[in-house]
Amino acid sequence: MIPLNHYLIVSAILFGIGSAGVFMRRNLITILLSVEIMLNAVNLTFVAFGRFIGTVDGQIITFFVMTVAAAEAAVGLAIVISLYRHKESLNPDAFTSLKW
Amino acid sequence: MPESILFYAWSGLAIVTAALVVGQRNPMYSVLLLIASFGALAGLYVQLDAPFVAVAQIIIYAGAIMVLFLFVVMLLNAPQEDHAVWDRTHPLRQPGVARWGILLAVLLVVQLASALLRAVELGQQTKGRGDVDVISSVRTLGHVLFTDYMFAFEATSILILVAMVGAVVLARREGPSL
Repeated sequence: MIPLNHYLIVSAILFGIGSAGVFMRRNLITILLSVEIMLNAVNLTFVAFGRFIGTVDGQIITFFVMTVAAAEAAVGLAIVISLYRHKESLNPDAFTSLKW
Repeated sequence: MPESILFYAWSGLAIVTAALVVGQRNPMYSVLLLIASFGALAGLYVQLDAPFVAVAQIIIYAGAIMVLFLFVVMLLNAPQEDHAVWDRTHPLRQPGVARWGILLAVLLVVQLASALLRAVELGQQTKGRGDVDVISSVRTLGHVLFTDYMFAFEATSILILVAMVGAVVLARREGPSL
């Protein structure tokens, strides 16, 4: 059986890729996709821990994370659409009018 | 050891496609690659004796959320960051948050990986515990979800309602044509 460490390392790498994407990309849709990668990395951690502890709680929390991800995607994409209507751009640097 | 070969195949596929999602300039390809990444993660869930989560991953993530993303990418029809902008805003060539952000992300991975590699007992203590038949059965899953997690389940329904109303309000066009 694959040890728990291996799953956690895969999850850590995925989370790092996701956070790098949030920082370095300048496209709102790709930033949302990177957030989805991070959520999935955490899901993998939950399922792996649940499997190795021997309970189903990890899997159930994964369902809740999926629901939150769906809600986040819906609201986030609605915001992206309304921002695009204002400025015809997906670059977050175009929306700095709220910046201090 | 077919099990470990499968594990490395799935995890390698998941990591490579996730890296390509971030490195891709065309959001359309990013979305499609992310679907591949989620498929590979579903394979990992199967190996973790969580077949229902694997199926939900395919149906909800790849089938619903990613289609939503794809729909928005096609709707906005602004597929490329053009070359000039890409070159100007390339993270390694730029001061401030972009460069330090990727540095911090690498640091995060190194720290997590070193901590996990040192925690060897994490793999040994818990090895093989838990009854596979109980963990992987949908019956147990449903039972726990509708008893122990009842409140969270009901709260989730309110969350979805709020998200639905929010999405409609945000994406609505202002004007008398409503």
